[in-house]
Amino acid sequence: MSDSATANRPASNAPPAGLLEGIVQAEGYKYGFITDVETEDAPPGLNEDTVRFISAKKGEPAWLLEWRLKAFRRWQTMAPPDWAKLNIAPIDYQGASYYSAPKAASGPKSLDEVDPELLKTYEKLGIPLGERAALAGVAVDAVFDSVSVATTFKDKLADLGIIFCSFGEAVREHPELVRRYLGSVVPQGDNFFAALNSAVFSDGSFVYVPAGVRCPMELSTYFRINAAKTGQFERTLLVADRGAYVSYLEGCTAPQRDENQLHAAVVELVALEDAEIKYATVQNWYPGDENGKGGIYNFVTKRGACRGARSKISWAQVETGSAITWKYPSCLLEGEGSTGAFYSVAITNNRQQADTGTKMIHIGRDTSSTVISKGISAGRAQNTYRGQVKVLSNADGARNYTQCDSLLIGKRCGAHTVPYIDVRHPGAKVEHEATTSKISEDQMFYCQQRGLTAEDALSLIVNGFCKEVLNELPMEFAVEAQKLLAVSLEGSVG
Amino acid sequence: MSKLLEIRGLRARIANGREVLKGIDLDVAAGEVHAIMGPNGAGKSTLSSVLAGKPGYEVTEGTVRYLGRDLLAMPADERAREGVFLAFQYPVEIPGVNNMYFLRAALNAGRRQRGQAELDAQQFLKAVRDRLKLLDIGDDLLRRAVNVGFSGGEKKRNEIFQMAMLEPKLAILDETDSGLDIDALRAVSDGVNRLRDPARAIVMITHYQRLLDYIVPDRVHVLADGRIVASGDKTFAAELERTGYAYLGDAA
Ligand SMILES: Nc1ncnc2c1ncn2[C@@H]1O[C@H](COP(=O)(O)OP(=O)(O)O)[C@@H](O)[C@H]1O
Ligand SMILES: [Mg+2]
Repeated sequence: MSDSATANRPASNAPPAGLLEGIVQAEGYKYGFITDVETEDAPPGLNEDTVRFISAKKGEPAWLLEWRLKAFRRWQTMAPPDWAKLNIAPIDYQGASYYSAPKAASGPKSLDEVDPELLKTYEKLGIPLGERAALAGVAVDAVFDSVSVATTFKDKLADLGIIFCSFGEAVREHPELVRRYLGSVVPQGDNFFAALNSAVFSDGSFVYVPAGVRCPMELSTYFRINAAKTGQFERTLLVADRGAYVSYLEGCTAPQRDENQLHAAVVELVALEDAEIKYATVQNWYPGDENGKGGIYNFVTKRGACRGARSKISWAQVETGSAITWKYPSCLLEGEGSTGAFYSVAITNNRQQADTGTKMIHIGRDTSSTVISKGISAGRAQNTYRGQVKVLSNADGARNYTQCDSLLIGKRCGAHTVPYIDVRHPGAKVEHEATTSKISEDQMFYCQQRGLTAEDALSLIVNGFCKEVLNELPMEFAVEAQKLLAVSLEGSVG
Repeated sequence: MSKLLEIRGLRARIANGREVLKGIDLDVAAGEVHAIMGPNGAGKSTLSSVLAGKPGYEVTEGTVRYLGRDLLAMPADERAREGVFLAFQYPVEIPGVNNMYFLRAALNAGRRQRGQAELDAQQFLKAVRDRLKLLDIGDDLLRRAVNVGFSGGEKKRNEIFQMAMLEPKLAILDETDSGLDIDALRAVSDGVNRLRDPARAIVMITHYQRLLDYIVPDRVHVLADGRIVASGDKTFAAELERTGYAYLGDAA
């Protein structure tokens, strides 16, 4: 079943032309500055030597180089996915550089040694890395282009046995953990972009929470693309051992540049028996200008495996940036009684395109999943929810509830809902609800009649529309996300 | 008493070009309550929409002065912040937006315009409690999303509560009485009566005379086919009750 609605369709509450039209200026993007640091870059191009160069730069063991090369060989045989409702200009994979690192930061080090320019960058982004200045209770790993530049609160976490470090450091310090779990959820050849990432991934974050430990603070990675003509390929691996709990946040921004930049990340989550992982993303990569020039191609593979009985994984995402988003954070519900959830707000404006959703794969008995997706489209943007619910033949008692709501602002944007339901067990309970609405002139006028400006009215209505998802974000992120929604829609009224 | 609202020769048409207001003249002074009555489709809601600045109407002739200013030149949100309040005939639902949050945003928007400090959460709560007591309504509506799942009576009561919080200088009540049972009508009317104030003008639109038994107006006007065809003092309402305004409408 599939339904699709576009704003061209006459709607009963259609506002008069002009009121909700004339979508956003990119003036809303506050993070478009460029940091001037000396970098060490790989020469443009992609071949086995590039892969060896990256691996050597990072001083990796032979097994990891082999792992990368295997991925690279797979990638060469693969084609980019073409099933998404996306209009993607051809990408020149040989024209980009696959490694860029600030010169001073050859590896993770203590905060005192971090280049002050980089600290300033993160402060400008609202992510102070000084531990005293940092948000109380949030530990941050900052990834600048290809490398992790700082990880805060490490010692405090280490006391509990929690490992939170850059991926590169994890390879050096905890090779047995990395080797056991790397690629165990997203195999090298999973898809075109995951294979590319597996070959050339630069850095990222690694988290291990030992059995029975409840991580006492939010863990957070802040990704920043700075260099021109480079892609960013970070890799995050998060393992919650039996009975462990962790809540993880991820934020991203990039400078305003005229050319498109590729971001192809992989995130793998593993939850063992009775473990719980909450993974939240606020994605604000540069979306391109109002005519669709520039912006990040955000092609990301995120997947969590609920390996153990009664384990829980929840994805919450607020996607406001990127020129193109191709992203389906998913859950493999293997353990008996395990639970998966996906809460998403995807907002597209101007010429942005998003094709995003989730896959809930019910493998074990009594597994349940919840999907709440809120898509908001303005300008000439196209926003697609694409979601799969699959119930395998042994998954007795599987249940899914999916709710997809789309909101259209103006007349030239589109919203599409594409659910795939594949149920191989007769007892499965799968519910799907979908709505498409327009912000009505009546709602806008009601707010304005009470004294709110058009911008404040729109922001209020949109935030209300997203409420169920915003409620799933950690408190301090929710406030940021609300502001971000308002900024993303700037100029879409008036 | 100074004129708070002066409408002169107001003509307006709707999107399809049809003229709905065909020359309205009306003066309302601070402290007065005016009732505008008339049959369905006469243009009563259109008049209130034009005064509040709702998009979709074109004023072709006439002027509206509000506190000496050109009301029609002000954007809708500015009119609201300057003290023009419309109690909607059909209050709008805003899912996911808490009623209190909405009201505080509205209240503070007005305060900023007037150069007053914004109310913090505590001051706001105190103001809310005072008004709830004044209007004798419970606080159950406050926790819910704006108008979502409210009964007809609850919506109308919520409008009057908002009016009490925002303290407008000019309140236009569009059929605030329609769809209410007798108890709800009495409760809403009591609320409006408590909000009568020497500094405030109230224009209430209705097509039932029964409202005027509860809220006694200073002036009564009959609007029919886009024109005010008759006006009088409060005794005029009783007279209308005998003759019926449909007759007046037909005569116009
Ligand atoms: N936005 C609108 N679109 C189309 N017709 C309208 C609109 N507003 C008012 N009208 C029409 O104008 C006339 C007056 O309507 P209205 O002002 O609502 O009357 P009343 O409130 O007195 O019942 C009616 O014929 C109504 O159908
Ligand atoms: Mg009406």
